[in-house]
Amino acid sequence: MNLREYQGKELFARYGLPVLPGQVASTPEEARDIASSLAGPAVIKAQVLVGGRGKAGGVKLANTPDEAYDRARDILALTIKGLPVRKVLVAQAAEIKRELYLSIVLDRSRKLPLVMFSSEGGVDIEEVARTAPEKIVRYHVPLEGLRAYQARALFQPVLKDGSLVAQASDILLKLWRIYSEGDCQLAEINPLAITPAGKVLCLDAKVILDDNAEYRHRDWEGWRDREEETAGERLAREKGLSYVKLEGDIGCIVNGAGLAMATMDLVKHYGGEPANFLDIGGSSSPEKVTTALKIITGDARGAGGASRVRAILFNIFGGITRCDDVANGIVQSLAQSPLAVPLVIRLTGTNEELARKILADHGLTATTEMDEGVREVIAKAQEVAV
Amino acid sequence: MSILIDKSTRLVVQGITGRDGAFHTKQMVDYGTKVVAGVTPGKGGEQVHGVPVYDSVAEAVAATKANTSVIYVPAPFAADAIEEAADAGIALIVCITEGLPVRDTMAVYHSVARRREKNGNGKPRLVGPNCPGLLAPGLAKVGILPGHIAKPGPVGVVSRSGTLTYEVVHQLTRAGLGQSTCLGIGGDPIIGTNFIDALTLFEADPHTEAIVLIGEIGGSDEEDAAQFIKRHVHKPVVAFVAGQTAPPGKRMGHAGAIIAGGSGTAAEKMAAFEAAGIPVARIPSEIPGLIAEALERRRSRAGAKRNAGARPKGNGGARRNNSARGNGNAKSSAARGKAARRS
Repeated sequence: MNLREYQGKELFARYGLPVLPGQVASTPEEARDIASSLAGPAVIKAQVLVGGRGKAGGVKLANTPDEAYDRARDILALTIKGLPVRKVLVAQAAEIKRELYLSIVLDRSRKLPLVMFSSEGGVDIEEVARTAPEKIVRYHVPLEGLRAYQARALFQPVLKDGSLVAQASDILLKLWRIYSEGDCQLAEINPLAITPAGKVLCLDAKVILDDNAEYRHRDWEGWRDREEETAGERLAREKGLSYVKLEGDIGCIVNGAGLAMATMDLVKHYGGEPANFLDIGGSSSPEKVTTALKIITGDARGAGGASRVRAILFNIFGGITRCDDVANGIVQSLAQSPLAVPLVIRLTGTNEELARKILADHGLTATTEMDEGVREVIAKAQEVAV
Repeated sequence: MSILIDKSTRLVVQGITGRDGAFHTKQMVDYGTKVVAGVTPGKGGEQVHGVPVYDSVAEAVAATKANTSVIYVPAPFAADAIEEAADAGIALIVCITEGLPVRDTMAVYHSVARRREKNGNGKPRLVGPNCPGLLAPGLAKVGILPGHIAKPGPVGVVSRSGTLTYEVVHQLTRAGLGQSTCLGIGGDPIIGTNFIDALTLFEADPHTEAIVLIGEIGGSDEEDAAQFIKRHVHKPVVAFVAGQTAPPGKRMGHAGAIIAGGSGTAAEKMAAFEAAGIPVARIPSEIPGLIAEALERRRSRAGAKRNAGARPKGNGGARRNNSARGNGNAKSSAARGKAARRS
């Protein structure tokens, strides 16, 4: 789960990291009220989960509450990289003398947490890594955890000043606690700012939580509730399906993540565009199938209410997943609400024969080969389009 | 033959009384795997499909000489189960369980690695978590791969995926290309056995003649594997990478299948394989054809060698399996040297 900046800052504040006061607003009026409660100028920041907000006009300074109203109104009207801005963070503005970068991320190759610190902050770290790799200091945190002297050693050569090193070390040790106790996959402060008065502040927060650890973090549900999910994404999460919405018109319902990705790729290979990634998971039940159909037909609706999906493909390789479960799900689902678009079914594996019989009894057929199924669904979608 | 599992495998099933554990125990027994014990704390003395249940792995090992473990316990307890198996002296630990927090996997990964270093004999080895396990056609099945899709043969299959592996194995079998071992290494960001480990094992296995590597987006294991193959693998390898149409920043089902910070894309991985001279299948159904070609070349090369008898260097047939590699003279003769060592 990706936390929005304001959620990340709430988490930071809980652990005593220096963040400036601020609150999230959904309307210009709220933004004005929050700004008037803050001391001095405010910064208005779009709360969308993409980088490059500043360049897209999603970060503005407001000297007065009325300016905060205007800036918030402008930003709330933006769509940044395809994501409409629904919330803004209104926070006390800071004077910045110098911008640094600090993060902890999982290094998959070394299988250890990696601290990255850069004297070049406020910009994309991947960009720094490309253009000036010598400006990034890396430190793998040993399994025993991070110690204060290790943190100091990291900052001393770059920051030099005793007070700055002490503040930055304190921030890193707290960030380490957030990362390790909090089951983060990324905890990033960019920029980590130094003010003219010599104070070190966290001016942004980017946190990615390990979804697998949610069972031991009751508070995460609260973050999730405030996240913007489509109805389909919510339904998928509640029912234990992996679902990612895409922009194409071929709905894909597959068992297994790798096969689901390969199915999307194959749709593209044969000239179609996948509408989604959807993995109904290893074990099957008819209910999962009806849910999957509901997600795809429901979530694909555009502004006019018309579905973007022109045809749907089931690609099932029965292992633990039983083909008859899937067939029953399809039949039940169609009985409840007939589909407005063509359906192509590919089934192979466990209880395949039984599944074919169930489908045949309801006037449906299924192919056995994946390539054949994909070509057929694309052809059907094109017929619908014409 | 096979890698990691065979007729000498004596399997203990951790979490045998659970729904998945019990179901797959039956499948593994039916396949002919020697399932000698099960473990569920507090259920010692029971039986599941004729397999005796013990309270701990240590007890199971003492009573049955189990040497391999397969884990079906729920995610919150899976890291503990891996540790328990390692502590009990199990040589191969296969964790099927999905959904382990990365922090847990990281700790147990290093714990197993430390033991392996201390033992110095490559044991214990962890496969997974979040993997379908292993299938050595005709010999043994450890995990959840469906047995009927595979048949014995010369192709080693290693994959980060589950059902996509079944799909590829199914297509290989239909094309008449049997498998030495099918190994699912798992879709998590941290896994016990990676592509390089699997490639090393397949390279050393005398019955594996060609290797299919099925990667997916996320991380850099495919890139590392491409480099490794170029330097150390003499058997032909065919690669496939799933997720060519995956958008960045979204987790595609598997916890490890995510394009993060613009890296880990399918395009990068495919390019890495191609740069290392490894044929890349654009779609799964191209894999059997590419493997058949590679086997054909390898066999005709071996045949030419036999016919050539004691003839010294200079036989063009000894070139590597694909033209992108070994096009320099030095490389070609190196490849011939490798081929000579093999035969």
